[in-house]
Amino acid sequence: MTVLLTPLDVAKVREDFPLLTHPFHGKPLHYLDSAVSGQMPIPVIERMAHYQRFEHTNVHRGVSALSQEATDRFEEAREKVRAFLHAPSVKQIVWTRGTTEAINLVAQSWGRANIQAGDEILLSAMEHHANIVPWQMLANEKGASIKVIPMDDRGVLELDQLEALLTPRTKVLGITHVSNVLGTVNPLKAIIAQAHAKGVVVVVDGAQAVPHVPVDVVDLDADFYAFSGHKLSGPTGIGVLYGRKELLETMPPWQGGGNMILSVAWEKTSYMGIPGKFEAGTPAIAEAIGLGAAIDYFNALGLDRIAAHEHALLDYATAELGSIEGLRIIGTAPGKASVLSFVLEGIHPHDVGSILDHEGVVVRAGHHCAQPVMTRFNIPATTRASFAYFNDRADVDALVAAIRKVQEIFGAESDDTSAEGQD
Amino acid sequence: MATDPRELYQQVIIEHNKKPRNFGKLEPCTHHADGHNPLCGDQLQLTLSVVDGRIEDIRFEGHGCAIDVASASLMTGAVKGKSVAEAEAMAEQFRGMVRGELDPSTEPHHLGKLTLFQGVKDLPSRVKCAVLPWATLHSALKGEEVVSTE
Repeated sequence: MTVLLTPLDVAKVREDFPLLTHPFHGKPLHYLDSAVSGQMPIPVIERMAHYQRFEHTNVHRGVSALSQEATDRFEEAREKVRAFLHAPSVKQIVWTRGTTEAINLVAQSWGRANIQAGDEILLSAMEHHANIVPWQMLANEKGASIKVIPMDDRGVLELDQLEALLTPRTKVLGITHVSNVLGTVNPLKAIIAQAHAKGVVVVVDGAQAVPHVPVDVVDLDADFYAFSGHKLSGPTGIGVLYGRKELLETMPPWQGGGNMILSVAWEKTSYMGIPGKFEAGTPAIAEAIGLGAAIDYFNALGLDRIAAHEHALLDYATAELGSIEGLRIIGTAPGKASVLSFVLEGIHPHDVGSILDHEGVVVRAGHHCAQPVMTRFNIPATTRASFAYFNDRADVDALVAAIRKVQEIFGAESDDTSAEGQD
Repeated sequence: MATDPRELYQQVIIEHNKKPRNFGKLEPCTHHADGHNPLCGDQLQLTLSVVDGRIEDIRFEGHGCAIDVASASLMTGAVKGKSVAEAEAMAEQFRGMVRGELDPSTEPHHLGKLTLFQGVKDLPSRVKCAVLPWATLHSALKGEEVVSTE
């Protein structure tokens, strides 16, 4: 049976984003940078403001009704995250500052307890620095080594090599669900099953996946899954680590302090169970509640409707950009998410970014915190447009017009690249 | 409100980016330095021949954005034949200009056509691109071998 989706009412959705109607350099703003950070819709902003106005105090403290209220709202947000990830228990949802902190938590707590000299840490060639550097730090400390799953020229992992890369020394696989540069959606379920067959723990960077792909951590069988609130139209400063219960329970605490203890004495301190033992100090309460509101917002729009809209827009943008001479799209994996990286022949991405910005088209130009990906494609940087549920064809058309302006300014039609000029 | 990019990406800058002057490496050289802009990945290697306190020759190699490459190209042309003291003074004036601290239309300077880069002051994220060659020159003349604009 085919279920027909009612399409997303983008014009109505856009009303929830004041920034999109706010002039930028005196022009309409075309925000094509949701992969760097999503914009918060009014209901999220209002929910956080309401908390700050009427509900705020510290959580898990004291007996006042106000503290109980704040704690309830905070824990409700945790339940929303649990449901969003389809996790079995709310105890498996650990608040962090973001994806980066979540991965560092795994590397520093689970990693330090389980990685030894001579062990191997396997990463994919398309990882963000957040899923590289914490492992390098651990490898350096322990005398372990890093191995890499290569990718082809489309930005598809060469999984025929996975079996050989998963050696008896491999302890952990760090892999992104969706590439922030290439848009590649990795076939996680199969990869995780293959890793588990060799007893390898899998840590998933879900930062770019959550706004585009429905996530079911049980179906994926992920051991750890990390994401950030601000990529999901929530605030910055809040993120999530989901962990398999048996792993979280055996892991030592990471940071120490208030909130993570049962009792403290000079002789001995005992810790909370999960997730509390990983949450030292006062958490980002308003941000957690804001993330909960962002999840409500996504659910109301419908993840499948969002995906359908974004895929249609990506197809349109890919065709439009593909018709521009001298433009090369970096990342052409089948079924990719709505991230479009490109380079223009003879023009540095930072120059592209500056001119696009002036035209009101906000994109990211740079290495996207994924320098090994740049090296793999032998480019210094890319310009990246990323499409969210509030973008429409007018945004793509503005991008195309702005790219043509860049080429005009740089005189792309001139092919005179003869010998070096003289002063 | 930012300057129209055409005011910055003028024809001279576009041309120097496309056909950089003094591109290459001096061997042997008396001074050299490597400049990096970690945020952008821009890289620049400067080699100089300084004789009796005067820059007899200068070359640069590397890759970067148009602002960076054109700045290096125009800088090498501007300082060739100048004394070290004169070059250092130009470096100081150039930095002042792109940071908006020196207005070349009202204040004395020896920047000549380097005033083309004046528009960079309205693009704060690009100031370091324009300054990288000058920071690298300063390091080379001081005998420091690596410089980073971050």
